[in-house]
Amino acid sequence: MSDLIAPADEDGLAAAIAAAHAAREPVAIEGNGSKRGLLRPVQAARTVSTRNLSGITLYRPAELVLSARAGTPIPQIEAALAEKGQHLIAEPPDTRAIFGSDRPATLGGIVAANLSGPRRITWGAMRDHVLGIRFVNGTGEVLRSGGRVLKNVTGLDLCKLLAGSYGTLGVMTEITLKVLPAPEATATLLVAVPDAAAGVRALSAGLGSPFGVSGAALVPGEPLLAALRIEDFAPSVTYRIGRLRETLAGFGALTTIEGEASRALWRDVRDATPLAAQPGEAIWRLSVRPSAGPAVVAAAGALGGRALLDWGGGLAWVAAPATAAAHAALVAAAEASCGACTLFRAPEDLRQSVAVLPQEPAPLAAIGRRVKAALDPAGILNPGRMRAGA
Amino acid sequence: MIALPAPKPEILARREEIVAALRTIVPGDGVIGEPTRLKPYETDGLAAYRQVPLAVVLPTTTGQVAAVLRYCHETGVRVVPRGAGTSLSGGALPLADAVVVGLMRMNRILEIDLDDRFAVVEAGVTNIGITKAVEGDGFFYAPDPSSQLACMIGGNVMMNSGGAHCLKYGVTANNLLGVKFVTIEGEIIDIGGAHLDAAGYDWLGLITGSEGQLGMVTEVTVRILRGPEGARAMLAAFKGTEIAGAAVDAIIGSGIIPVALEFMDKPCIHACEAFAHAGYPLDAEAMLIIEVEGSVAEQDDLLNRIKAICERFDPISLKVAESAEQSLAIWKGRKGAFGAVGRISPDYLCMDGTIPTSELPFVLKRIGEMSTQYGLGVANVFHAGDGNLHPLIMFDANDPESFRKAEAFGGDILKLCVEVGGCLTGEHGVGVEKRDLMTVQFTARELDQQRAIKTAFDPQWLLNPSKVFPLEGAPVPLAAE
Ligand SMILES: Cc1cc2nc3c(=O)[nH]c(=O)nc-3n(C[C@H](O)[C@H](O)[C@H](O)COP(=O)(O)OP(=O)(O)OC[C@H]3O[C@@H](n4cnc5c(N)ncnc54)[C@H](O)[C@@H]3O)c2cc1C
Repeated sequence: MSDLIAPADEDGLAAAIAAAHAAREPVAIEGNGSKRGLLRPVQAARTVSTRNLSGITLYRPAELVLSARAGTPIPQIEAALAEKGQHLIAEPPDTRAIFGSDRPATLGGIVAANLSGPRRITWGAMRDHVLGIRFVNGTGEVLRSGGRVLKNVTGLDLCKLLAGSYGTLGVMTEITLKVLPAPEATATLLVAVPDAAAGVRALSAGLGSPFGVSGAALVPGEPLLAALRIEDFAPSVTYRIGRLRETLAGFGALTTIEGEASRALWRDVRDATPLAAQPGEAIWRLSVRPSAGPAVVAAAGALGGRALLDWGGGLAWVAAPATAAAHAALVAAAEASCGACTLFRAPEDLRQSVAVLPQEPAPLAAIGRRVKAALDPAGILNPGRMRAGA
Repeated sequence: MIALPAPKPEILARREEIVAALRTIVPGDGVIGEPTRLKPYETDGLAAYRQVPLAVVLPTTTGQVAAVLRYCHETGVRVVPRGAGTSLSGGALPLADAVVVGLMRMNRILEIDLDDRFAVVEAGVTNIGITKAVEGDGFFYAPDPSSQLACMIGGNVMMNSGGAHCLKYGVTANNLLGVKFVTIEGEIIDIGGAHLDAAGYDWLGLITGSEGQLGMVTEVTVRILRGPEGARAMLAAFKGTEIAGAAVDAIIGSGIIPVALEFMDKPCIHACEAFAHAGYPLDAEAMLIIEVEGSVAEQDDLLNRIKAICERFDPISLKVAESAEQSLAIWKGRKGAFGAVGRISPDYLCMDGTIPTSELPFVLKRIGEMSTQYGLGVANVFHAGDGNLHPLIMFDANDPESFRKAEAFGGDILKLCVEVGGCLTGEHGVGVEKRDLMTVQFTARELDQQRAIKTAFDPQWLLNPSKVFPLEGAPVPLAAE
């Protein structure tokens, strides 16, 4: 572990980055460090953390906006929202179990990794709900993009650029999110299906129905279950589950679970718990077109691993032996349907020796280097986190 | 008036050579060089500004677009990308020394996949064209700008356009999966695809809403959604804007997110009623149109909940549509709002700031005061759920003083939006119109940072120049690689 600097405020953080820039000294960027095991390890003598930049700075339930400093733990935000009957739209996964971390993710970390859960299929990704950011660029300047209103197209959208940039383009210090009312009721229809292909067809039929399915996953087990979630006012949930049962009657035996049982199932899917990844195994996250999900399941099986499909089949969590060959096979499986494969968790030697993210075509990679230079000219922010030598 | 840069004489002198070169790339009638035939391209939805371009080129393939951009890049010619030219901020306004690259001939639907719920279309397909192609199967493309009959998906991507239903379904950015992107150097890059989350930097997110500053888009992969069982609207009229604002807060606070939540002030109600005879209450200070979705029973349930909430705010009238026809009648006035204002005033400027919704009463009061001060009428329509305000400032384009005042009035409104915590533009883009106001919202360093990112894509600043960024503050030199 490198030396940890955890400034007390944004000015302190900006000063730390400015000093690193002046000294041309790479720094690792993190919140609580709960996802240190994600993507590639950073070689840096110092780590700058946002963990002391904590607290909700603005919350207007009727305006559907919440702002918090980047180091605010996600559970704290979820609790504040729950008090007003609202929630985080993208239901980001809690990756503590996957990475064996005892500290919860921070808001900055979740946005920087653009991690979204089951609701992404209908309600959008984490990055879709970022309305505004304050951030420190690689020279130590404090800048803003977006704002605190729901609709804003003023200037280039650096919120989206920084969301999913894993701290390589800037250090977010405060983030404003769109939030929504949490549903009054929820229930899940479970369809027993013979295999992944039939399961994805059932999910597709549900997602193509007018009933507003807000979660669509294949839960491994005996039998394999296609799970379709409805979240709404109570009378609507009853009505829509009934209509979904009619729609999906031909796909297999049906059961309905409600309330807390439904919520618990989706927390598990969100956190990839049903994947049952073993400590020595690596974990991948593949984003593919939904109908390509079953091919990923097959590829995982051929490697002696397992897959969990969410997002109607379009998100595959895979657990398999941590080898370069397994990685290559899964990258190929994603590429076969023009999708994207991310090595999510692996021992350090594997993370260092393979490309953990899809390669970009040369002209885009060149633009990427120039954009990186525009934000972090000395290349000090999280070097090597996403790609070797960048 | 907003200043446009002086044309480069050396480019103007090369007109014939440039037109000839473009003709070798795009054959037939795809290149327009004759000044009389350039006239239709001289303006966009911001009709007060006009400038005939050097030439217009109308490619039919991505390869042609790439070759045109490469030629312009290699020979230092400025480029103004164009879709349908409905931009209300002058985003597609030509320059005298620029080539307009119009994508209206790239209007094919390439792929529709209902199982995986996406469509791939060329940039020149109209917004409504996507929905038309899938509605037979019960699907639709969600963002629905009022200009949807004309505007094109490429323009929607570049403006990150919204619509009346974006409170529930989001704006363009939230409904895209991928684009075929062409750089000014002529490189063709596929970004995203039929899957939800591309790994790596979110190039799609950065390109969306970039107003033609970073490159051109020739194909777009959009999400298509299954439509709801049905939808129905209600109308609620109140004695004061503050009261209507409080009703909006109470509706959202109750956990209901209507699919649309539109607000009109008194002048707007009057203009729309005179035009559409929709039965709007003329004694109301403010009126809401609220739409919900679902089965008939679900609609009833939601509309009853909303009605009960509105009743707490002493409404002047509450009218729940009993049928789809009655819903249409309620919407008719609102949908015709721009046209209605056009009938009572020879010309109007449509502003587009966003404010925190709690600031609505204060902002409307200040706009009323400014209206008196400038001596120009104003009617306000407002996407109340998301705070996007559209004041329509009425003026007379034949009177330069009236136009000058209207622009100053609009500028003051947008400054007010920023002051109360909002922004200059919610969906129409900066274009030329709001370019010089960018310093109100952003610091010099923030603008420099955005400029540096533009430079990373377009080192010579040939793409849609003199838009978005204030002219003073030269392009930031490219950091060495
Ligand atoms: C009556 C009316 C109502 C409107 N209602 C709404 C509304 O409800 N919501 C809303 O958001 N907007 C609305 N608008 C504004 C306008 O329709 C949108 O901004 C629309 O997206 C523009 O599309 P277009 O095809 O006309 O693009 P254009 O006006 O031709 O171009 C828009 C911008 O994008 C660039 N561009 C266009 N195509 C490409 C491409 N393929 N590659 C790169 N750059 C490109 C242009 O250079 C320009 O900067 C309205 C306009 C009118 C006239």
